Amino acid sequence: MFNFANPFKLRERGIMGMNQRNFSYIGRYNDRSLYPNVDDKLKTKNLALEHNVAVPDLIGIVRYQHDVKQVFDILNQHNGFCIKPAKGSGGKGILVILQTDDNGYKKASGEYVSHDEVIRHISNILAGLFSLGGAADVAVIEALIEFDPIFEGLSHEGVPDIRLIVFQGYPMMAMLRLATHASDGKANLHQGAVGVGIDIATGKAKRAVQYDCPIEIHPDTGKSLTEVEINNWQRLLTLAAGCYEMSGLKYLGADIVLDKQKGPLVLELNARPGLAIQIANGMGMLPRLKQIEALNHRRGASIAARVEYAQTHFNN
Amino acid sequence: MNSRVPFFILVTALVFAGLSSIYYRHAEMGVPLTAGEQIDIWQIEAEIEFIGKDAPVNAKFTLPKDPNFDLVDEFTASPAYGVHVIRDEQNSEVVWSKRQVKGKQTLYYQASYKLALNPVDEPIAKELPEAEMLSKPHQRSAQELLNEAYDKSGNRKFLILQVLNLLNSDNQNVALLLSKYSKTEIFVQLMTMAKVPAMMVRGLVLEDSRRNQQLIPLLKVYVNNQWQMFDVEAGKFSKELPILVWQQDTPSLLDVTGGKNSKVSFSISHSTQSALREANSSATKGDVFDFGLYHLPIEEQNLFKGILLLPIGALVVVLLRVIIGLKCSGTFMPILIATSFIQTELVTGVVGFLVIVSAGLIIRSYLSHLNLLLVSRISAVVILVIGIIVLFTVIAFRMGLTEVLSITFFPMIIMAWTIERMSILWEEEGGKEVLIQGSGSLIVAVIAYLMMDNPLIRHWAFNFLGVHLLIMAAVLLMGQYTGYRLLELRRFKPMAED
Repeated sequence: MFNFANPFKLRERGIMGMNQRNFSYIGRYNDRSLYPNVDDKLKTKNLALEHNVAVPDLIGIVRYQHDVKQVFDILNQHNGFCIKPAKGSGGKGILVILQTDDNGYKKASGEYVSHDEVIRHISNILAGLFSLGGAADVAVIEALIEFDPIFEGLSHEGVPDIRLIVFQGYPMMAMLRLATHASDGKANLHQGAVGVGIDIATGKAKRAVQYDCPIEIHPDTGKSLTEVEINNWQRLLTLAAGCYEMSGLKYLGADIVLDKQKGPLVLELNARPGLAIQIANGMGMLPRLKQIEALNHRRGASIAARVEYAQTHFNN
Repeated sequence: MNSRVPFFILVTALVFAGLSSIYYRHAEMGVPLTAGEQIDIWQIEAEIEFIGKDAPVNAKFTLPKDPNFDLVDEFTASPAYGVHVIRDEQNSEVVWSKRQVKGKQTLYYQASYKLALNPVDEPIAKELPEAEMLSKPHQRSAQELLNEAYDKSGNRKFLILQVLNLLNSDNQNVALLLSKYSKTEIFVQLMTMAKVPAMMVRGLVLEDSRRNQQLIPLLKVYVNNQWQMFDVEAGKFSKELPILVWQQDTPSLLDVTGGKNSKVSFSISHSTQSALREANSSATKGDVFDFGLYHLPIEEQNLFKGILLLPIGALVVVLLRVIIGLKCSGTFMPILIATSFIQTELVTGVVGFLVIVSAGLIIRSYLSHLNLLLVSRISAVVILVIGIIVLFTVIAFRMGLTEVLSITFFPMIIMAWTIERMSILWEEEGGKEVLIQGSGSLIVAVIAYLMMDNPLIRHWAFNFLGVHLLIMAAVLLMGQYTGYRLLELRRFKPMAED
């Protein structure tokens, strides 16, 4: 029960704690006025289009309660789709429909939801159930991502995504998040998803953890986790690095998915990325953060230069 | 790190202001550090009697001027007399006067005294008075006595004790001196000859329930840099009972013109009073630096007694979240729950909270099937919570469980939001997360309650407003704490290994 680590040892390994993240990085580097850029997915989407950052297609928006019924005009044109609250947090309120058939709408878990349940879900979104502070919200409908076959057998139900921490435009740590049966299709590590630390230089898996403990194989599918290698890694890093210019946030978490046809797409950005990535990578973030802080940022390196810097320096 | 300098100046200023305000309230205004502290009050009644000679009367009665005591209140009782209490640099007296007085007269002066908060020691006179020369044989005896005492003592204190010993022995020199002078007079003479500041005073021994007391002659001697009282007749430092010095450098205690057979007698009674009440009643006499809340109407005072506990709760929340890393639902919800625990008592409160929330969660799970809009759903939960409280109260009252009646003190809206949040949490993250956050909130609430219900903390929060400046400083400091949270040390435990 009382199994505590020595704080000096953690500091020595460069592990960043919540207070330090909030005070020294988020508080210091992320301008409050820029938060809506990432907290409002609709705004993020528009910014992404301006900056040529690849994102999943937007297929519809529901702004008002009386429009809810008309949503089926849009939904019926698509076989699979994804309904999200524009201002949702922590992956709350996301409804993923893989396909539509006679039984209704089939979720990733294989369960079906009815017509009414979809309406209720959208109503909840509009009423602000999932938004920060309960403010009224907008429902965003996105095209379904057909995830890349390299992840076959690696994720239970949910979409595997890659979380990158981008500091001052430099991608500095990455992790692949895989949903499990225990996490109920969600990609949040504290709910039991698997986190695979990815080497920034190569895109190869370093180690994998579930519930903060190292594992070798996926607990549901039995597939080896340490052999994962993400193709198109440099393109993915470039995409992540570009999120800095797009959002203006100096310390941000970019969630990227790999689409079979479109390649890497930015799913969402996060101004307060969590700390579990350190556990997945088996190393602390502080040394790299300090290394980037020590660079001369006055001239503003290009995206390509930043990616190159990250790949040459962050290679362990 | 330039921006940190003003920050630390601010924090230091807050700490300094807080501490000095606490010090001022305690040391200067006498606000006690603990709630139940009592102080001693001596009520002294002087009864003055004389026979009027059918002439105008002026009765002048000396009042004490003792730096070791503070006057709490005083009054005089004297039928048809004009009364003046005079207090200035030299004098401190009460004067009764009447045009025509005949027969036996009785006047009363009553005063209450407490021990002074900051006794100011009188400075000693720069130049000691030259010893008066006695007649030759007496002077020689005195000199011999002093020499003997001087030889047998190492310092001033023992010199005094030695002189006292000699005075109470059957020494021949003493016998000679006593034939003409009183012991006290001899003592003062010897002290003056030895260049020890000493004076004769008359004081009243403060002993409870004493009547018909007289002032006793005492010696004030300057030893070890302070004035000490000597009872020469008893031959010792008088320590056991406090003594109120009534007469010092004043010729007479009572001076009656137009009367005869005048006499004074004292009666003393002792009582205790709440130090807090006493401090506040003396503060109402008007003090610019007094920011105490006791001048407000009682209703506002009671309001502030509650409000001023909230910073304590806030401090607990900051501590538990920033330093410990406890998760709870709603930042300050636990404080509001804790304030209602104060009304309901802990056990009833916790049980009531659990019952209301779990009953609410069960019914709320039905509401989520009804597909309601958020605002109406929350409103429904508010009504639901009120319904649950009414139901439990009525049932409990029927069963004779009167302590359950206090659950009406729970803040309904807060409870409704708690149920709503927990219910969403349940749907999204599962029952485990509800348990973690729910028990986190409850732990914070219970700790906040234990702090806020502590009599000492309540006393400090209301009587020493400086405490809140200290809390402010602590909260600001913790706002810049970048170290690990206690629970993170567990979370990152695997990282410290291999």
